[in-house]
Amino acid sequence: MRTHETMRRIGLAALLVGTASGAVSAQVPFERLREAAQTPAHWLTYSGSYLSQRYSGLDEVTPANIGDLQLQWVYQTPVVGPWQSTPLVVDGVMYLTQRPNDVVALDARTGRVFWIYRYPTPPDHRACCGSNNRGVAILGDRVFMATLDAHVVALDAATGAERWNVELADKALAYSFTLAPLVVKDQVIVGSAGGDRGIRGFIAALDAATGEETWRFHTIPGPGEPGHETWEACPPNPETYCDPEAWRHGGAAAWLTGSYDPELNLMYWGLGNPGPDFNRAQRPGDNLYSDSVVALDADTGELRWHFQFTPNDPYDYDAVQIPVLADFERNGVTLKAMLWANRNGFYYVLDRTTGRFLTGRPFVAVNWAEGLDDSGRPVETPQPPGAPTYPGVQGGTNWYSPSFSPRTGLFYVPAWEDYASVFDGQPQEYEPGRSFVGGRPRTAAPVPDAPTVPGLTRGPINTWTDAAGSGAVVALDALTGALQWKFEMTDITSSGILTTASDLLFTGTRSGYFQALDARTGDLLWRTSLGGQITNGPMTYEVDGRQYVAVIAGHSLSTFALRD
Amino acid sequence: MRRRGFGGRWVAGAAIWLAAATGAGRAQDHAEHDPADIAYGLDVYRAQCANCHAETGDGVAGVDLRGGQLRRAATDRDLIGVIRNGIPGTGMSAFDLDTADMAAIVAYLRNMTFEIDAVPLGDAARGRTIFEGRGACLDCHRVRDRGPRAGPDLTAIGAARPPSALRRSLLDPTGTMRPIDRPVELVTADGTRVTGRRLNEDTYTVQLIDEQARLRSFDKAGLRGFRVLTASPMPAYGDRLDAGELADLLAYLVSLKG
Repeated sequence: MRTHETMRRIGLAALLVGTASGAVSAQVPFERLREAAQTPAHWLTYSGSYLSQRYSGLDEVTPANIGDLQLQWVYQTPVVGPWQSTPLVVDGVMYLTQRPNDVVALDARTGRVFWIYRYPTPPDHRACCGSNNRGVAILGDRVFMATLDAHVVALDAATGAERWNVELADKALAYSFTLAPLVVKDQVIVGSAGGDRGIRGFIAALDAATGEETWRFHTIPGPGEPGHETWEACPPNPETYCDPEAWRHGGAAAWLTGSYDPELNLMYWGLGNPGPDFNRAQRPGDNLYSDSVVALDADTGELRWHFQFTPNDPYDYDAVQIPVLADFERNGVTLKAMLWANRNGFYYVLDRTTGRFLTGRPFVAVNWAEGLDDSGRPVETPQPPGAPTYPGVQGGTNWYSPSFSPRTGLFYVPAWEDYASVFDGQPQEYEPGRSFVGGRPRTAAPVPDAPTVPGLTRGPINTWTDAAGSGAVVALDALTGALQWKFEMTDITSSGILTTASDLLFTGTRSGYFQALDARTGDLLWRTSLGGQITNGPMTYEVDGRQYVAVIAGHSLSTFALRD
Repeated sequence: MRRRGFGGRWVAGAAIWLAAATGAGRAQDHAEHDPADIAYGLDVYRAQCANCHAETGDGVAGVDLRGGQLRRAATDRDLIGVIRNGIPGTGMSAFDLDTADMAAIVAYLRNMTFEIDAVPLGDAARGRTIFEGRGACLDCHRVRDRGPRAGPDLTAIGAARPPSALRRSLLDPTGTMRPIDRPVELVTADGTRVTGRRLNEDTYTVQLIDEQARLRSFDKAGLRGFRVLTASPMPAYGDRLDAGELADLLAYLVSLKG
């Protein structure tokens, strides 16, 4: 059997070599993207499919044979800094981004590079939080990347040659793109980052053929639009600074990729914090659509519904988590659900047809709210000045992707536990393009002056320890949010999660471990140390009938497969 | 010796200083910065800044450092940035200060109108005598080539930690012990008991320096017992030394720059 498999692989490998040029110029029509979940050999969108479950139908690697998982190849980036990209794999070709805005096409079987496109990122871009880029999208024979200076470029998938390059916003005002675009039908959709620097967020669609903008949805409604009233007028004599123009620079960035339901033709986008992040007093009202999910008509960008997780947020609880879409049969009726573990520490289930709140409960310790009311609105319990607020400013989870397995019915969250911040909102006047956060929260330290959990990067020594906060993979019943199991880690995590049809769960750690758990029980099945922090989601694909699992750790992308 | 800032009020003798150190109270005018850091910051200021800015803080035309409100540095982080990077196109050059000196100069610049009594920092030579003698610090700590390695090496502690942090460590070792430095006790699969000071830890492994100063690393899953202790083995010196001796000892620690 083993020999036979090997022979088959050799045969297919020879075939691939013979058809390499055909593979490189692969065509990816919209129909392939729509059916991505049914073709798990490829990883066609940032989150694996439009449902964004980060669940793969591949099952060659199993709990029984995972001990034979072996490193196949490594691609190293020369660029220093957290590497947050998730690769795509199409017909044996991998497309990934590296800092600041390079696109690399390489052979997914060997790691050898076909081409590199280097975008001339201007040094004066004002992207918050590092030169991050999380990946590309593909349609037809083109790949698309959104850039740190608020451009979108289309490249020839076979050569890396630039086809078009359009500017969508002013980088001097701190508009930037850090996300992988979403392609739906013949449109490329992107959302702006910059919510900590006083932008007014937007989601825009471009014609994939020409780059021409077809629609733009402002994530903060303007005067006369529904929702604008949630940026309330300032009282006549406010006791503290109040900004009458708060909506103009109120944030609500869309800095992670949305999801799409082809049946409803709705796109779902998570939106970030209102600005300034920590001083709610100067922007009275709920501040829609900050910290919300919006459902947009995929053709026109028109708003169909919204749900706000954290009204008038003073904690930087961005709701940019990936909207995870899943269907459940209940009493003969299909529930089209949206599953959401929010940075604010609550897990939510929404009806994605209407946006109606179905259920919600905390998945980590929460003290900023005592619960959710029948509509899903938090019942707030603000902590007194100087007291720790749970979860802390980085949240109970953050941007790194969760996973849902339709086989187990479980929703898997990379969580931060026992972690709090002391918030201190301060008035701040808006200055174009500058940091606009309104205070400086302090992560609660176990002892005075002790190191606290690092925000983005960490060194090789865990100087903060679990006394300042620790990580976990939390497995929740997807429909109720009830805890099913928990895999506790000493260090906090910023790794996404991948599950597979063989009930494996892959995830990483900041301390550099790449590890596989039993998705049903949370038992550790396999681990290896890759020596650098894992700040993205692992993904999987198949070439020549062989399953690969890829993960970026530190400055290396490492790819594993079963020993031949 | 009396250290004096400029143009301000008299506050804070030894009693108030110690009260502040133990959390019993703080002088109102400088709630955010510790008297020991301000006092040490004056030394740093005289060595690094006074040549241009003058002891009075107004030596550069158009720049007045007194009063704590600085045009280019609304926050302490901004101020650190100005000192570290300088201001291009002006006479303000970049200063490469260690962690402790930077914390101290910021504390001082925010409190130039605060008058500093003599007590926070005493005499380093006397402090060394206490350190090596009655304080018995060399029983656990090492300075250059003297002392064991059981506790953290203090050779450069005056560069790494500001005076306020060092003083808190002397008065409340358990309350200020950094979690990574916590003692660990473990029992290996063959029943051997190992104790030491933690150097690093992740989900699966722990690294420590044991009582024989050997670097050890263990897989946690293979241990029969593993415990991280929260009590510091170091005694609190508030009961063992008087205020003057504490100030001397602190001055010695501050002088340890590697």
